[in-house]
Amino acid sequence: MTAPTIERLLETVKDPEVIASVWLSMSTAATAGILALILGTPLAYLLARSQFPGKRLVESLIDLPIMIPHPVIGISILTVTSPNTLFGSFLESCGIEIMGSKTGIVCVLFFVGLPFYISAVKAGIESIPVRLEKVSRSLGANKAQTFLRVTFPLAWRHMLVGIIMCMARALSEFGAVIIVAYHPMIAPVLMYERFTAYGLSWSQPVAVILILVSLLFFIGMRAIPLPDKDSI
Amino acid sequence: MIQIQNLTIDLPNFSVSDVSLHIRKGEFFAIMGPTGSGKTLVMESVAGIAPPYSGNILINGIDVTTAPPEDRRVSLVYQDHSLFPHLTVLQNVMYGQRYQNIPKHEGESIARDLLDTLSLSHAVDRKPMRLSGGEKQRVSIARALACKPDVLLLDEPLSSLDPQFKADFRSVLKDIHSRTGITIIMVTHDFVDALTLAERAAVIHKGKLCQQGNVHDIFHHPVTPFVADFVGISNVLPATYRNGQCMLFDGRLIVPAGEQSSNEKALVAIRPEHVAVREKNSFAPEWFSVSGTLSQLDKHGFAWRGTVRCGDQTVVATLDPNAVFSNTLKPSMNVFIGFPKEAMHYMCG
Repeated sequence: MTAPTIERLLETVKDPEVIASVWLSMSTAATAGILALILGTPLAYLLARSQFPGKRLVESLIDLPIMIPHPVIGISILTVTSPNTLFGSFLESCGIEIMGSKTGIVCVLFFVGLPFYISAVKAGIESIPVRLEKVSRSLGANKAQTFLRVTFPLAWRHMLVGIIMCMARALSEFGAVIIVAYHPMIAPVLMYERFTAYGLSWSQPVAVILILVSLLFFIGMRAIPLPDKDSI
Repeated sequence: MIQIQNLTIDLPNFSVSDVSLHIRKGEFFAIMGPTGSGKTLVMESVAGIAPPYSGNILINGIDVTTAPPEDRRVSLVYQDHSLFPHLTVLQNVMYGQRYQNIPKHEGESIARDLLDTLSLSHAVDRKPMRLSGGEKQRVSIARALACKPDVLLLDEPLSSLDPQFKADFRSVLKDIHSRTGITIIMVTHDFVDALTLAERAAVIHKGKLCQQGNVHDIFHHPVTPFVADFVGISNVLPATYRNGQCMLFDGRLIVPAGEQSSNEKALVAIRPEHVAVREKNSFAPEWFSVSGTLSQLDKHGFAWRGTVRCGDQTVVATLDPNAVFSNTLKPSMNVFIGFPKEAMHYMCG
């Protein structure tokens, strides 16, 4: 085993392919996080506040990506979005391409990160007494106004944690992405390619850079000033 | 003002069945019942939060059964206050005003006046967690009143308060009702609260309406053994009517039954405080008395209660403390119980 030399590290930092792959990893993970916020929040609210037939099935389906091997997720996404399927042909008619595209990467990262977001936000919403929402409604606010003025201010901390968890999981994804979109290369795929093509010493600097960038990003996210939990 | 017609609410483990109530405009109405009786559910259905399975709810003659809570002008105050923890007291009180089209400057003036009236001026900028239980309760009332609702719903407003604050808060509620003239529906399991505050009331048990009417009628003329027990009449004795007479204690006591004589089997309810226990049968001639054995003495708050076994039945009586302290009355002794005719309340069997 050899440690990466400083020269190799500096050389790698300047490598446009490495910079592009790290940026692609970060940007697609961030997009997956934002998608989870937009699409996962109503779902988390529904699961936290409602009882409906098939709720356990829905919860199991959401958690499925945590349990199954990740290449299976990639294969499933490709199967569902294949032009031979109704959904796939609809995507094709809209000009949306999944295989070998950034959209495909975001799609994969969204699915692997969503269970973590839903889990964090559902727990957050469940911790807010439902009576606060009932009182808000009785004071004249409708459902949306109640969510914006009561539920969201009390649950945003959990949403932020959910986004961080979702992005963290998305950044570490490899198995599903390599099935759906080998190119454009995210950082883990680039590392894998350099490892198989050139050996360990060429993949190590990319790994170090990804670790450092991820660490800085998550430190930054965690450093966002949060109000004292006891004060709410 | 508010009509609840044949209300039925079905929940997985509980249901409210066929409850009909009529609450007049400007009235202070109490919905009473033990914990888990469904009274809060009935109140939430008026607020539009617990959707009914069947039945109708009319407010000011308008059917609001399917109307969302925000369209009913009904404000809700929960027992646990349910203040918004991320807002200050003033923000809490002003929360609903924008939805009632009250301009901000006018709303703030209303909110500050309410807080001043409820002695909360010192706390306008505090968050709820910095308030005492009594202050939280007053803020939640102010918040409900600040949007000028037609109806104020109070869910056990006094149950979380210390005994010394209860009397003060009852005065606050009475004062609010007399000054605003607002219709108030209060849910309570404490019949003293209802007796002190409400003009009319209903008693609900296991999701069913047992009795409604004037509070004093409910307290003095309960129609079922449950209502009698709930309002503190712990003696409900089986009776048999025959030839215009009522026989109690297996025929050992016979009293004139008057208008009740048509019923063969019935019940007679007597308050413990209306039953006297003496060592000898020294009651006034017009009182009814029967012998028994004092089986038990219990402390009941500051008073003493004795359980007297008369044949197969027991009668609970509030005792003279001096008789207990001086050992004039002690367990296992033979005694006489006595009560006046006015203390007896007849119910259907």
